[in-house]
Amino acid sequence: MNDRDDVTDAVGPAAEAGDLIAELGPDSEGFFGEYGGTFVPETVMPALEELERAFHDAMADPAFHERLDSLLRDYVGRPTPLYRADRLAAAVGLGCVWLKREDLNHTGAHKINNCLGQALIAERMGKRRIIAETGAGQHGVATATVAALLGMECAVFMGVEDIRRQSLNVYKMQLLGAQVVPVSDGAGTLHDAVTAALRHWVERVDDTFYVLGSAVGPHPYPLIVREFQCVIGEEIIDRMGEIDACMPDAVVACVGGGSNAIGTFHPFLRDIDPEGRPLLVGVEAAGLGIDTDKTGASIALGSPGVLHGMFSYLLQDDAGNPLEAYSISAGLDYPGVGPEHAFLHDAGLARYESVTDAEALVAFDLLCKTEGIIPAIESAHALALLPRLAAELGPKATVVVTVSGRGDKDIDIVREAGLGA
Amino acid sequence: MPDAGAACAGLGAGFTPGRASLVAYVMGGYPDRVRSLEALRVLAAVGVDVIEVGVPYADPLADGPVIAEAAAAAHSANEGGFGLAETIALVAEFRADPGPDVAAAPPVALMTYFNPMLKLGLPRTAQLSREAGVAGFIVPDLPPDSARPWLAVSAGLDTVFLAAPTSTPERLAKVGERSRGFVYCVSTTGVTGERSGLPPALGQLVARVRAATTLPVAVGFGVGTPAQAAEVARFADGVVVGSAIVRRQADPVALAEFARALAAAVHTAR
Repeated sequence: MNDRDDVTDAVGPAAEAGDLIAELGPDSEGFFGEYGGTFVPETVMPALEELERAFHDAMADPAFHERLDSLLRDYVGRPTPLYRADRLAAAVGLGCVWLKREDLNHTGAHKINNCLGQALIAERMGKRRIIAETGAGQHGVATATVAALLGMECAVFMGVEDIRRQSLNVYKMQLLGAQVVPVSDGAGTLHDAVTAALRHWVERVDDTFYVLGSAVGPHPYPLIVREFQCVIGEEIIDRMGEIDACMPDAVVACVGGGSNAIGTFHPFLRDIDPEGRPLLVGVEAAGLGIDTDKTGASIALGSPGVLHGMFSYLLQDDAGNPLEAYSISAGLDYPGVGPEHAFLHDAGLARYESVTDAEALVAFDLLCKTEGIIPAIESAHALALLPRLAAELGPKATVVVTVSGRGDKDIDIVREAGLGA
Repeated sequence: MPDAGAACAGLGAGFTPGRASLVAYVMGGYPDRVRSLEALRVLAAVGVDVIEVGVPYADPLADGPVIAEAAAAAHSANEGGFGLAETIALVAEFRADPGPDVAAAPPVALMTYFNPMLKLGLPRTAQLSREAGVAGFIVPDLPPDSARPWLAVSAGLDTVFLAAPTSTPERLAKVGERSRGFVYCVSTTGVTGERSGLPPALGQLVARVRAATTLPVAVGFGVGTPAQAAEVARFADGVVVGSAIVRRQADPVALAEFARALAAAVHTAR
């Protein structure tokens, strides 16, 4: 079963950086520890193998990196600022809070880092049609954007409930020339959109590239998404070095599928020794609370199982059916989590906590009032952890928070919830 | 020493040289438990060669609307839901009593997604299935590459892997080599369900699969009429009919009539 050893071992970061990285995974079969793997219909297996080859081929090609880097700089606007939020720090009782401003990317979230990378791979593979799933619409908008940029056809699968919650992003995708395909199965949210996109991909695998938006799904997607999102954590480390800032005590990011979190965490795991490494904290959506059945906290409440082609923590019933996840945030209401997070959790390399809708709304409001920054409701979940970290780490501690996106898309939701009234 | 399941012949027993077999798919627990058992007996009585029993699952990645909706209906029609454990028990009851006019029940394969097997536990899934007289498993989201943990515990059960139009020669070799019982050749990319016509290159696809295995090759996905079944039976060892049967599953008279027509078409095609 080591059929793909030759491919994975030949290239890619894992080959160069030695044992630590090898331990972080994935292995040649796409497993992070026991999590990950490839659990999909045979029809798409050849496409995944082709994708893995194309990805490693691209990563080994300096011309690919040159093109990606120049687009990240000139089109996306990277590097994004690492901003010292002193009024927020004072309000939550921490010594120093740094915000990694992924909300300042073109299209307003971290999603475009990955979309651009994957779409450039699609282009190399000669595929002129890309599809994507979207929850909050950020990944859909980012995919529609790069499709326009590269002159590709684009279809975005989106649950009907999310279409209702995120009408602004639906309209943006349409303006950008993408087709938005409503998905009315299940609860009409992110889980259903991923399933619909996978099913569609099975049907159109010949001419279509699936731009998966989070660090989930069958191998090699969790690896690909991580590698294209690592720019977040790399820039944090580089910038802190430039300004001679001390290593933070903790680094925090929200986790739905977990792409901005893995992009934030991985460079700290890869490049910083365990003794000097900050506490890495992923924040899941507790929804109405982890003592209710209206929650998206897959690590806190789930158990290992297979969903969307991966083995990971999963909210499921006694018969193994995936449960509907709930969160005020359309980007975090996913019943699974990326396999690398499941591994990091079990290995104790990162910690996972959860934050309720109500706590996220308080944090949303606080960032608006103290710093003049309107965050995505997803990112507000990460910010909501700051008071807890202050209590744990003390008033002098330094914490970095990845603000994964901006909150324009959430204005109706927070208004409905009574903020600003 | 093989355990109790050894009394049950493998899926290969459903195939006869020189003539094609009808493989009929039924959704377990649909429209309810009793009537799904009755449907199994109807199919045994009309002489289908292999029966696939679908395990209701809420996220059926490879299935079209007919099977997905039947799965949802089965889940809600049975108190406490209807999953893998219930489906295995259903097969046990069918095997013990396949109906008044049936000498021996045809071999039964479970068609299930992988997560219900994980949730029940792979060793326990295998053990209960052997005890129930299940002959094999078809798991659409378990490619041979990922099947090692299951194959390690499923002695005595045939695991059928799927070949697809997109499969490379290397992958077909792997599918052919690791399958037991038969190889399931998916006629088309996309999900299960009836289609107006068969793909024009289906014959070549079956020939490619056949070259990769010594096992019988059964074709499924998109076969919905006796005429289509007969066409497939001319070049394949087995013809799988699913959605078109599930649509009639609630009506034993219509089901018997349809299955009889399918069986006649498949058995006399050559």
